[in-house]
Amino acid sequence: MSGPLGKDLLGLEPLSGDQIRLILDTAEPFKEISERAIKKVPTLRGATIVNLFFEASTRTRVSFEFAEKRLSADTVNVAASGSSVSKGETLVDTARNLEAMRIDMVVVRHGASGAAQFLAERIESNVINAGDGTHEHPTQGLLDLLTLRDHFGKLDGLKVCICGDVLHSRVARSNIWGLTKMGARVAVCGPRSLLPNAIDGMGVTVFDHIEEAIGWADALNVLRLQLERMTAGYIPSLREYNRVFGVSRERLERAGRDLLILHPGPMNRGVEIDSDVADGPFSVILDQVTNGVAVRMAVLYLLSGGRPELAEAAKGGGGAAR
Amino acid sequence: MPDTALTVLDARSLQRTLRRMADEIVELNNGTDDLLIVGIQRRGVQLAARIVSMIAERENATVPQGALDITLYRDDLQTVGPRPVVGPTDIPTDIDGKHVVIVDDVLYTGRTVRAALDELADFGRPRRIALAVLIDRGGRELPIHADIVGRTVSVPPGSRIDVLIGEMDGRDAVVQVTPGTPA
Repeated sequence: MSGPLGKDLLGLEPLSGDQIRLILDTAEPFKEISERAIKKVPTLRGATIVNLFFEASTRTRVSFEFAEKRLSADTVNVAASGSSVSKGETLVDTARNLEAMRIDMVVVRHGASGAAQFLAERIESNVINAGDGTHEHPTQGLLDLLTLRDHFGKLDGLKVCICGDVLHSRVARSNIWGLTKMGARVAVCGPRSLLPNAIDGMGVTVFDHIEEAIGWADALNVLRLQLERMTAGYIPSLREYNRVFGVSRERLERAGRDLLILHPGPMNRGVEIDSDVADGPFSVILDQVTNGVAVRMAVLYLLSGGRPELAEAAKGGGGAAR
Repeated sequence: MPDTALTVLDARSLQRTLRRMADEIVELNNGTDDLLIVGIQRRGVQLAARIVSMIAERENATVPQGALDITLYRDDLQTVGPRPVVGPTDIPTDIDGKHVVIVDDVLYTGRTVRAALDELADFGRPRRIALAVLIDRGGRELPIHADIVGRTVSVPPGSRIDVLIGEMDGRDAVVQVTPGTPA
């Protein structure tokens, strides 16, 4: 039942560099499918996939849905809005109900860190983490890696700085794991109040000033300031945040060289990133979105199928097709 | 007992066979108009490239060439699981109304060709699709036959045909390999 990635994709931390490279290499031919007139291959025909979203999402949910549909899977979207029931109970109940409907895969987004793993341990279907709390968002990390690799040709030795609200960001964690496993050098830059306490143990450089980060990096991954998660006063004001940490054209021009600009979206224009940077010539923000579909197709493909008992039977019946 | 390898085609006879196949493709198509030659990843693509350059030499015509990777159209994903590497598919022109010739190295069960036909149908509606294979080794599991065959070889079950192409394998040859019994 386990393919090259195992049963589930819960994060980039448990993956090896080779597994990450396999996903990126597999995503490459999937890009072409989205350019066809008929944007569909029959690969996952008959497979049923549930998109279980306990948190709001447009980009990620739509991206997964396109990826599933372009592989011919049957999909159902379940948008479970936050309820008063404790999260553990909700997930177990949901899991049992899903299993009873004979599904093959679950794509889950949940506000609690570890929710995807919790689910994966309790159901037989493949589970793909589409973001769990502040833990990981592996497919976003993968599409960032693919976008960087597309542009620079390699990840090894690349200098990437993750800017802004690292504390609340599962995207940051998946990026740090993925980039370091692929040999890139990673830095973070943001107010100390928005960096995790344990950041020094993650093998990354810390910049306190955005100018230093811009002077060092080949690419900036600018994170969204997650205002909805900020329960305490992490920053004095949005204006001050923009003045001190905002990525502006003036700051980039002062670096005297071109930096690639990534942002996982949705953007707070004029807060962490200025519009003329987001829409500028070095922004690959929309390439990230395009790559998201290909990466998710690759993950779905690599997690699917592979039932060894049937393979044995097929081998007895005639061997490899040719 | 070690593996035994029997040479089916050496480099020169492989070249000669391909040249005949190139001629037959042009003959079958009554010229090179509307012709599109599509190789199946991976060795079919190399063979298609050679055939295209042979046609260019003889007919003084540039025939467009495409590549198909049929991995995503296989019928055994649920049993054997995902193949590790999916190659690129590249169909350079609109295929509606074209005469498409699929090129592959070995025709065996026919399942690869079935998948290639399905994939081509997703790109459009060619006027006609023909199949050219370097080796037909028999053993069909589907009602599929080749229009142009380089060499027909009767291969006993358990043996296999290896097509070696210079660009990928360092030399040109077709070899029939019978695995030996472990000592």
